[in-house]
Amino acid sequence: MNKAKIVSEDLNLYYGDFHALHGIDMTIRDREVTALIGPSGCGKSTFLRCLNRMNDIIPICRVDGTLMFEDTDIYAPTTDVVALRKRVGMVFQAPNPFPKSIFDNVAYAPKLHGLKDKTKLEEIVEKSLKQAALWDEVKDRLHKPALGLSGGQQQRLCIARALAIQPEVLLMDEPTSALDPISTLKIEELIRELKAQYTIVIVTHNMQQAARISDKTAFFLVGDLVEFDHTEVIFTTPKDQRTEDYITGRFG
Amino acid sequence: MSPKTTEKIAFNVLRAMAALIVLALAIVIGEIAIKGIPALNWEFISEAPRKGMTAGGIFPAIVGTMILVAGTIMLALPIGVMTSIYLVEYARESWLTRLIRLAVVNLAGVPSVVFGLFGLGFFVLYLEMGVSILAGSLTLALMTLPVIITTSEEALRTVPNGYREASLALGATKLQTILFIVLPNALPGILTGAILGVARAAGETAPILLTAAAFFLPHLPKTIFDQVMALPYHLYVIATQVPNADPKIPYGTAMILLMIVLGLNMIAVVLRSYFRRMRKV
Repeated sequence: MNKAKIVSEDLNLYYGDFHALHGIDMTIRDREVTALIGPSGCGKSTFLRCLNRMNDIIPICRVDGTLMFEDTDIYAPTTDVVALRKRVGMVFQAPNPFPKSIFDNVAYAPKLHGLKDKTKLEEIVEKSLKQAALWDEVKDRLHKPALGLSGGQQQRLCIARALAIQPEVLLMDEPTSALDPISTLKIEELIRELKAQYTIVIVTHNMQQAARISDKTAFFLVGDLVEFDHTEVIFTTPKDQRTEDYITGRFG
Repeated sequence: MSPKTTEKIAFNVLRAMAALIVLALAIVIGEIAIKGIPALNWEFISEAPRKGMTAGGIFPAIVGTMILVAGTIMLALPIGVMTSIYLVEYARESWLTRLIRLAVVNLAGVPSVVFGLFGLGFFVLYLEMGVSILAGSLTLALMTLPVIITTSEEALRTVPNGYREASLALGATKLQTILFIVLPNALPGILTGAILGVARAAGETAPILLTAAAFFLPHLPKTIFDQVMALPYHLYVIATQVPNADPKIPYGTAMILLMIVLGLNMIAVVLRSYFRRMRKV
């Protein structure tokens, strides 16, 4: 069994008076793909956004319980959010490359974090784009605007951009929901390859996708973590009736 | 009447009203151009007035207006942009932000002559700046601020939130995100707003009347504590205070003022379309 990377214990989250996550206990393991599934509004994206504290942006959001990233208490007041986000990268639902060149998109974060050496930057950009399986398609147009890429390419660029800071964990919030089936397949292939080096947590609405790419699957329902187990167990012999109802399409 | 006829009439009435706007502008510009263009020559734009302002050029007034416009934008742009960044990026909705917005809206509604009087009382007399470029620019800046704040806020809000989230998720601080992602994307909107704002200010008479403008100065100002001649005030002076002036002079002055204001507007339009093209592929 791979070592534990992120451990959530009795994690509660509130938006004002609304109790959005109810005592989540979950262990996310190193170099595994963990899929978070469940109907809209079940809290899966909210949970994902706890892992790099993106919920901090929402002023009325409050969290209690513990969320450990190896030895770092993610929600401790002393935790440096910037340092945390360097170790926990994120890819969003809609591809959101900056309106800069392809090169500058990938180089943005390394530059920000103090890397000035041009050859090193070029190396990082090339390596990240290769990891994101985009290099061959863009190597001749690195200085062209990123917004000229197709949606699928843009999303892979966003993955490359996230990889450029060499994170340990990659969070993906429905990364393929805005993409066509071919681009979706490419991203899924990519996720399988990235698993060798990164811990990946992916929110998805697509149960086939969860079944195809993940090692573990967590099923959320109205703020509860109903069931969390190996993906094949969730999809073949779920223990909870609600999980079975959801994966067989009886609701949701 | 059949609905079809009513529709036709309504459409034509609306179109006529829209055409009226164009017509009004055409008449104003046409009138000024026809009477003003004959006055325009090299001497008119390069020399100072002569013979008690009944002859000669308007060079000091052109330079004065340019200096006031430059001063206004240098003072109003940073304050306005910083205010809007605070309002859009940092402040949470609270009584304070509501108060600031209320102040901005009301500042925009204050008559320009009141700004002039305030400038006289506060900058010229209380702060002892005297009637000067500095006092005039500050007064004009105050008057332009609401425009700059509102358009900058607008421009900042059109920057997609996805950019901010992406930058923050990459470990950028809020300030880095604003400096490197949000501001560059909002810049075209901010700049066009600022230029339109000062173009308006360039033509104002009342605010500079009591704070910066000189009746007649044969030489150019040397420091920001000097008075200046300015086009709008000069226009007022020769049209009302100099009875035997060549009638071409006020129209020529109006023409130059109009050209400066429309020129600034044109720069704003060109800038906007240029930035728009840059962002596309």
